[in-house]
Amino acid sequence: MADAKIDLKNLKAGGFIKERGKDLFTVRLRVPGGRLSVERLGKIAEVAKKYGQGYVHLSVRQSVELININFADFDAVVAELGEEQQKVASCGARVRVPTACGGCEYNPNGLVDTQKSALEVDQHLFGTPTGHHKFKVGFAGCPFDCPKSAINDVGFQGAIWPELTEAECISCGLCAKSCVEGAIAMDGDKPAFTPEKCIYCGDCVKVCPTGAWKSAKRGYTVRIGGKWGRRPLVGTVFATFLPEEKVVDFIAAVLAWYQEKAEGAGRTRLGDIILQQGPDSLLEYLRKDFPEYVLDATIPPQVIETQMPLGR
Amino acid sequence: MEQIDLRGVSCPTNFVKAKLALEDIETGETVEFLLDDGEPVKNVPRSLKADGHKLLGLKETDGYYVLTLEKGEE
Repeated sequence: MADAKIDLKNLKAGGFIKERGKDLFTVRLRVPGGRLSVERLGKIAEVAKKYGQGYVHLSVRQSVELININFADFDAVVAELGEEQQKVASCGARVRVPTACGGCEYNPNGLVDTQKSALEVDQHLFGTPTGHHKFKVGFAGCPFDCPKSAINDVGFQGAIWPELTEAECISCGLCAKSCVEGAIAMDGDKPAFTPEKCIYCGDCVKVCPTGAWKSAKRGYTVRIGGKWGRRPLVGTVFATFLPEEKVVDFIAAVLAWYQEKAEGAGRTRLGDIILQQGPDSLLEYLRKDFPEYVLDATIPPQVIETQMPLGR
Repeated sequence: MEQIDLRGVSCPTNFVKAKLALEDIETGETVEFLLDDGEPVKNVPRSLKADGHKLLGLKETDGYYVLTLEKGEE
């Protein structure tokens, strides 16, 4: 023990997780949005081969985890991964590495650049101590929501608000056919829009042959207070059409409210603090800086009533 | 006008068949695709539009759809 020298700075944001075996740790890598260059992937494989037991684990939040790493090798592992700018992730009561889908670059459903958002959040907020519990952020490019945004502390879902320029409409009916939410129906030879049924997926804009349906607003639907684990909560909508460039500031504001309101509550997730304080407190706090996007009212995070013990 | 029957063909095979059929058609020519209701009529027109073709119209006929399209630039 006395001759083992470890640079404790490397452990600051966590990412080194104790395993069962003596001296062995899992090293969780920082892969925002789950995208990494093949050069980095190659370097990870090289390091895993050299210091691990010949395999890695893909975490459920898009990270690569090196398995069976001896703690005496921490500095060498960090240094060698650094040759390809690969960093170690965070764990514990901190802002975690954000997840994201492929986004709008190559996925035809993508409405916003989720990869860019994930990188920005990772750059500005990575590892920020919450003082209370973990804090997860996820980005979905559209309402299909493959990344399950509503089970993050703050979850983002790409959205567009459609508007029809009737003069450009050729009455083909493709928009009505495409709208699975039933928000568009043909009324005679023109589409009629029922706004309260629209979930902002943009299918009408994408299918419209003439561009008569246009995107009037673009941004994120923001759900807050979700989590999974022992007692899951589904986050609820606090803001709509939040512009991509306001994402980092918005999360920082949610964090500030959480840090203040969870004071003395111990290891408690954001969703449970919202349940205690009521969603209006957070809505009001966010409205100060984001008045045009924050809703007038919302519902608290939703408890999933199917958990053990049964009959509770 | 050429008519390509994609009924009974599911996604994404119907879209790939449509692409193959369009390879034999000149830019600017018009073609009709017959599509089933449901996923095919929701997905195929959108994918063809994204490929640069011009959608001209959609008509429902006896439980299926006729999509009229003008072939775009290669």
